[in-house]
Amino acid sequence: MQRIGVFVCHCGTNIAATVDVEKVVEMVKKEQGVVHAEEYQYMCSEAGQSKIREAIKEKQLTGVVVCSCSPRMHENTFRKAAEKAGLNPFLVEIANIREHCSWIHKDREEATEKAVILARAAIAKVNLNTPLQAGESKVVKRALVIGGGIAGIQTAIDIADAGYEVDIVEKTPSIGGRMSQLDKTFPTLDCSACILTPKMVEAASYTYSEVEKVSGFVGDFFVDIRKKARSVDMSKCTGCGVCTEKCPSKKGKSEFNRGLSNRSAIYTPFAQAVPNVPVIDREQCTKFKTGKCGVCAKVCAAGAIDYEQKDEIITGNYGAIVVATGFDTISLDKFDEYSYNQSPDVITSLEFERLTNAAGPTKGKLVRLSNHEKPKSVAFIQCVGSRDVTCRGKSYCSKICCMYTAKHAMLIKDKYPDIDVHVFYIDVRTPGKNFDEFYRRAVEEYGVNYIKGQVGKVAEVDGHLLVQAVDMLDNKRIMLNVDMVVLATAIEPDPSVREIATMLTASIDTNNFLTEAHPKLRPVESPTAGVFLSGVCQGPKDIPETVAQAGAAAVKAIGLLAKDKLVTNPCVAKANELFCNGCSNCEHVCPYGAISYQDKEVNDHGVRETRRVAFVNSAICQGCGACTVVCPSGAMDLQGFSNRQILAEVDAICR
Amino acid sequence: MQKANTEQAQLVKEISNVDTRKCMKCGKCSASCPSYEEMDIRPHQFVSYVQNNKVNELMESTSLWKCLSCFACVERCPRDVKPARLIEAVRLMVIRQKGQNYLLPDEVPELLDEEVPQQLLASAFRKYSK
Ligand SMILES: Cc1cc2nc3c(=O)[nH]c(=O)nc-3n(C[C@H](O)[C@H](O)[C@H](O)COP(=O)(O)OP(=O)(O)OC[C@H]3O[C@@H](n4cnc5c(N)ncnc54)[C@H](O)[C@@H]3O)c2cc1C
Ligand code: SF4
Ligand code: SF4
Ligand code: SF4
Ligand code: SF4
Repeated sequence: MQRIGVFVCHCGTNIAATVDVEKVVEMVKKEQGVVHAEEYQYMCSEAGQSKIREAIKEKQLTGVVVCSCSPRMHENTFRKAAEKAGLNPFLVEIANIREHCSWIHKDREEATEKAVILARAAIAKVNLNTPLQAGESKVVKRALVIGGGIAGIQTAIDIADAGYEVDIVEKTPSIGGRMSQLDKTFPTLDCSACILTPKMVEAASYTYSEVEKVSGFVGDFFVDIRKKARSVDMSKCTGCGVCTEKCPSKKGKSEFNRGLSNRSAIYTPFAQAVPNVPVIDREQCTKFKTGKCGVCAKVCAAGAIDYEQKDEIITGNYGAIVVATGFDTISLDKFDEYSYNQSPDVITSLEFERLTNAAGPTKGKLVRLSNHEKPKSVAFIQCVGSRDVTCRGKSYCSKICCMYTAKHAMLIKDKYPDIDVHVFYIDVRTPGKNFDEFYRRAVEEYGVNYIKGQVGKVAEVDGHLLVQAVDMLDNKRIMLNVDMVVLATAIEPDPSVREIATMLTASIDTNNFLTEAHPKLRPVESPTAGVFLSGVCQGPKDIPETVAQAGAAAVKAIGLLAKDKLVTNPCVAKANELFCNGCSNCEHVCPYGAISYQDKEVNDHGVRETRRVAFVNSAICQGCGACTVVCPSGAMDLQGFSNRQILAEVDAICR
Repeated sequence: MQKANTEQAQLVKEISNVDTRKCMKCGKCSASCPSYEEMDIRPHQFVSYVQNNKVNELMESTSLWKCLSCFACVERCPRDVKPARLIEAVRLMVIRQKGQNYLLPDEVPELLDEEVPQQLLASAFRKYSK
C-alpha cells in the first residue's frame, strides 16, 4: 500500500488568488493512498522544501505529489528535496496547477475543481510509480572538430590547451579556411597570414579528409573519417615543391585564388599551407588520365609520389564534436544585371582579396583582368544578394561586407591614392568595437565616395563599365564610368553542412545555418547533446566574433570532456523480451536511432528458445515514446511514463 | 470629388496588392527604371508616397504616364515590393475617375515608330487617356 503526501503551493497569489488551495487539500485527502496533505505559501522555498522532507521522514511517505508551477521550473528542486529525505527522486510528481490552471482561469470555483482533478491524476500516477535509477555512460576524452578554418583551429587549440586531445577534419588539402585567403583584416589591418599561420602550425589535423559516418552518442561518438588519397606519401614528402614546378599539366583553376590563376595537377593550395604536402588532382593529372607522364615521380628526390595510394577510412572515438564548416559566397548566376559573368572586370570581394594580396596571382598589383592595366576608378557594390527576400538572394544581412568593403576601399587608396573609389550602399552597418571609426576613416581620411543607393545595372560600354544608380539622398540619377566593379556577395553556409547536420542529427534553419540549442542562453551548443557550433556555420560573423565563439564552443566541449561519467535519463523505453516479436516497427520510428535487435535466449513459460528482440540503448533514447505507440505487441514501454500510468491518469481525470 | 487621402492609399494598396512596408529604401527600382529622367516622382518615392498616404499628389504626377510598364523595378527589387503595380493602380484610379479612353485602338499604329518599346503598347491606351 502506497503512503502518499500531497503538497499544495499558493505561489504567493499566483495560484491562491484563483484556486482555493484549502479546498484542494481537503479533497485530495480522500484519494487512494494519500496519508498526508498540506498547503504552504511558497513550496519551493527552503521552508517549503523542509516541510516535504519532514513529512517524508515522519509519515514514511512512499510517494510525493507537489501541486505547483510547471515541472520545467521546479521538478528538479522537489526531486532533490525528496532525495535528501531518502526517497527515490522518481517517486515525486508535479501537478501543474499554475500554468495549466490558475493562470488561464478566472472563475475560482471552476479553477479549484480543475486543480483537484489535476492533483488526482498525479496521485493516480504516483500510485503506480516505481523507483528508477539514473544510469551512467562514459566520456571519451577526445574531441573532433569538423572544418579547419579559423573557427575550427581556434576551438581545437583551446581544447588542446586544456589538456585534451583534438582532431581536426578539413576537406581541402590545407587548414586555414577563408581567412588564409584574405589580405589584411579589419579592424586593425594587420596581415591575415601573419596572425593565422602560427595558429595553423599549432593544430594537428586530418586534411584532405571528410567525415563519412557518425554513430554513438554524447561522450562516446564513433566517427568514420575518409582520408582522400593525396597520391603523395606524407611521411616522405619534404615539401620542396619541385614536383609542382615540373608538372606539365597546368590547366587546373586554383581554388585558393578563386580561379584567378592556374595551378598544376599536383599542387599545394598556397605557399604557407599546413601541411606543406601537395596532392594530385586526379581529374587533371595526365598520368591518371592517359597513363603517360609520371614526371613528378621522376623529379621527386624523396620518392614520395605514390600513384597507387587509396582512400583510407579511419574510425575515431570522440566524446564531443564541434562543427566549424564555415561558408562560401553565393553564386551570381541569377544577378545578370551586374554583368559578373559577362565582364572580367566585374569581380567578387573574395576575388579582390586575392588580387590585392602580395602572395596572390598578381603579386598584389591591382589590375583590370581584361587588359592587366591599373584601373583609374573602382566601384564597390554592397548587399549583392544580401537582405534580398526574393528567390535570388538571402534574406539575412551577411554582416561582414560593410566592413570589408571599407577595408578594400582604404587598401586601394593607400596603395594608389590616384584611383577614384566609390561605394554603393543601402545602409552602412558597422557595429563592433572600433568598427564605425574604421568606416568613417575611409570617408574622412581617404576620401572614399560613399553613395546611398543600390545599383540597378552594370553594363560594358566601350571598354568601360557603366554603373547605373540613383543617389537616394540627392534623388539624382548617377551614370558612372569605372574600370572595375567589386561585388560584396552574400555569404551562405558551406553546402556540405546539410550532410554533416544529418549525420549528427543537428538541426539547421531555412538558410542552412546550424541552429543553436537556445539563441540567447545556449548559443554555441546544438540541440543534439555533445555537438557544439563554432564560427560562420552558425551565422554570419567576422574574425573577432568567430574567435570568441570558437573559444566558447571549446569551453562547452571541455566542460563535457572534464566529466568522468555522464548521468543518463532513466525515463527511457524498455522492451519486454517475452512480448517482443522482433517486427522492427519501433526501430523504424525511433528518431534517435536508439533501437537495435539482439538474438536472445528467452524462457517463455518453461519454453527456452532464441528470439530476435528489441534492445534500447538507454544512452541514446530521449524518452520521446514514439516506439511505445507503434509496438503491436505492447512490448515497448517507457519507464516513468508507462502505459499503465498514463491510463491511470486518464481514468482519474474522467472519474 | 477627391476622397480622403488615407482611404485612397488603402484603395491603391488593395488594387495593387502591394505591401509598402516591405520597402527598405534601397533605390534599386529607380536605378533600374528606364523612364527615371522623365518622371517627377520616382519609383522608390512612389512607394513612400503611398505609404505616407499622399495619393492625390500621385494622381497629379506625370510619372503615371511616363512609366513604360517594363517591370524592371519589379524584377530587381530585393524586397519584392513591385512599385510598377502601385503606379498601375494609381493610373487605374485616375482612369476610372475620368471614365473613358482618349485613344481608340485604330489610332495606335500611326503614333508608333520603330523606337517605341513593346511594353508601351500595352499601356498606351491608359496613358493617352488622360
Ligand atoms: C571578402 C571577405 C573579406 C573578409 N575580410 C575580413 C576581415 O578583414 N576581417 C574579419 O574579421 N573578417 C573578414 N572576413 C570574414 C572571415 O572570412 C570569416 O569571419 C572567417 O573566415 C570565418 O571562419 P570560419 O572558420 O567560421 O569559416 P571558414 O573560414 O569558411 O572555414 C571553414 C573551413 O571548414 C572547411 N569545411 C567546410 N565543410 C567541411 C566539411 N564538410 N568537412 C571538412 N571540412 C569542411 C572549409 O574547407 C574551411 O577550411 C571576410 C570575409 C570575406 C568573404
Ligand atoms: S554587411 Fe552591409 S553590405 Fe553586407 S549585407 Fe549587411 S548591410 Fe549589406
Ligand atoms: S522512446 Fe523515442 S528515443 Fe527512446 S527508443 Fe523509443 S522512439 Fe527511440
Ligand atoms: S527596389 Fe524595392 S525595396 Fe528598394 S526602394 Fe525600390 S521598392 Fe523599395
Ligand atoms: S515599370 Fe515603370 S517604374 Fe518600373 S522600371 Fe519600368 S518604367 Fe520604371
